[in-house]
Amino acid sequence: MSNRIKVLKTYKIFIDGKFPRTESGRYVKLVKNNIPIANVCLSSRKDLKNSVASARKIFDSWVSKSAYNRAQIMYRIAEMLESRKEQFIEELILQGYNKEKSIVELDKSIDRIIYFAGWSDKINQVFGSVNPVASSHYNFTVLEPTGVVGLISSEESPLLGLISLIIPAIVTGNTTVTIASEKYPLTSISLAEVISNSDVPGGVVNILTGSKSELIPHLAKHMDVNSIGFTEEKKDLRDQIYLDAVNNLKRLVEIPKSKIESEEIESPYIIKKFMEAKTTWHPIEKDFTSSNSY
Amino acid sequence: MQFTINNKVDKVGIEDRIARITKRSLKSESKLAGLKMVLSMIDLTTLEGMDTDKKVQQLCYKATHIHNELPDLPNVAAVCVYPTMVKTASNALKDFDVKVASVATAFPSGSSSLKIKIQETKEAIFNGADEVDMVISRGKFHSGEYNYVFDEIATIKETCGSDVRLKVILETGELGDYDHIRFASEIAINAGADFIKTSTGKIKPAATLPITLVMLEAIKDHYYNTGKMIGMKPAGGISNSKLALQYLLLVKETLGDLWLDNHWFRFGASSLANDVLMQILKLKKGYYQSNNYFSKD
Repeated sequence: MSNRIKVLKTYKIFIDGKFPRTESGRYVKLVKNNIPIANVCLSSRKDLKNSVASARKIFDSWVSKSAYNRAQIMYRIAEMLESRKEQFIEELILQGYNKEKSIVELDKSIDRIIYFAGWSDKINQVFGSVNPVASSHYNFTVLEPTGVVGLISSEESPLLGLISLIIPAIVTGNTTVTIASEKYPLTSISLAEVISNSDVPGGVVNILTGSKSELIPHLAKHMDVNSIGFTEEKKDLRDQIYLDAVNNLKRLVEIPKSKIESEEIESPYIIKKFMEAKTTWHPIEKDFTSSNSY
Repeated sequence: MQFTINNKVDKVGIEDRIARITKRSLKSESKLAGLKMVLSMIDLTTLEGMDTDKKVQQLCYKATHIHNELPDLPNVAAVCVYPTMVKTASNALKDFDVKVASVATAFPSGSSSLKIKIQETKEAIFNGADEVDMVISRGKFHSGEYNYVFDEIATIKETCGSDVRLKVILETGELGDYDHIRFASEIAINAGADFIKTSTGKIKPAATLPITLVMLEAIKDHYYNTGKMIGMKPAGGISNSKLALQYLLLVKETLGDLWLDNHWFRFGASSLANDVLMQILKLKKGYYQSNNYFSKD
């Protein structure tokens, strides 16, 4: 078997828990040091539309899972990633990433998933509140996920950048559509394979490879996307995101590139950015026969 | 009259033709025209045990004010309800060019005596139904009592008279294969159906493109033999614009332009209208829409 030909992976995209090719049939060749590495899907706006539709469809079911259960699923992602660590490092190096940096990238990514997973059932303990009011009401505030979140991966930090956006968004019940790094697209699809093996329901995470400048405007204008998280973009593209997101008042979460690489991002405030506060007024019914008031 | 299944449907041919239809798509102006046509052909439907007068009134409002932001849109063809809701619907629609369709004959199972079915049909018409959607007796059909099925349709058509159009629901999901669907279509057409309709929407699979093609072929043959046009109504499971446009392609290429009119072709659907609206708005505004900004019913 010494002369066997190695079977190469076909990198596709990740929509609704499945790995289809782009409906447009378009590809770009990823070349490093004059060696073609893979054909990468050049996703179209219709792939984006399908992704948003699938994220919207699964939202109600994902958000109604218990926080504890969602945390378990996040841990599962970390376990899966840990067991496939070598493959990811190899793939990063193949795409031209520095070896030492690759190892650090993997370690940080796995730890970061664990960090955010822990917040799943604690975020409302910290940020939720019972508010003092002057009338006969219980008044309390809870945080709820925003809805469908569009995420734009940073160009550098191919894995950490994805993890730092996707996990804090989905851990509280948001569903996501991610546009991958153009420079290191393969890592995003391998991460999709990990996610699809981790009991994450299809549609909670969708990942598209392709041209950012082509896809971002459709994402930013999409009326069914409630929030957009992104790290760094060229100035004109960034301005465009701010402009396009106005039509349905999307919540924009811009995370500086420096934060991704440092541990500064490991904070509940990032999770909170992908949530909305809901305050409820609940009339107090007094039972005069007892001293309790419920 | 003696009925036997004698028309063998070319299964491979039917499915091959559908495979080619589904690879095609309409673009820009043709798409917009197609979408508006789809809207005008929808029978906006609510057939739930929990329907209330208010729910039906709301649906009728939607039928006549499909999306106020775009005034140049056509109304849907009809509102389709249970017989007990016909009065409510016909009151709500009296000033509008939207028909009231009523299901009848013990919808959806059809398990009732002919006497009761006739009575139910009469009541629906008395209360203002312009169209009646009846179901065939599938049990009798499977027992080989084709004459019973034929006579029942003929009797209901007689009850409807010439002014009320009769749609005959075959419930193709319960009929088995294409040969039986073709055969049931022929029985319905010969018994006096004005429309043949695929499904009640209560059974899966409901309408599909290949089943619709089989039924359209029956309509075509009848037209060649007698010169008489019969309408077609696929119902159930058609919830997105792309699929609806493929149905239009199929009708155009099987029966021709004469049938591209809501007098001869209808969609039985409830959520299709919103998807069509979202697509029309996408074409006009250039960005994707959200269901949140459209009425639920």
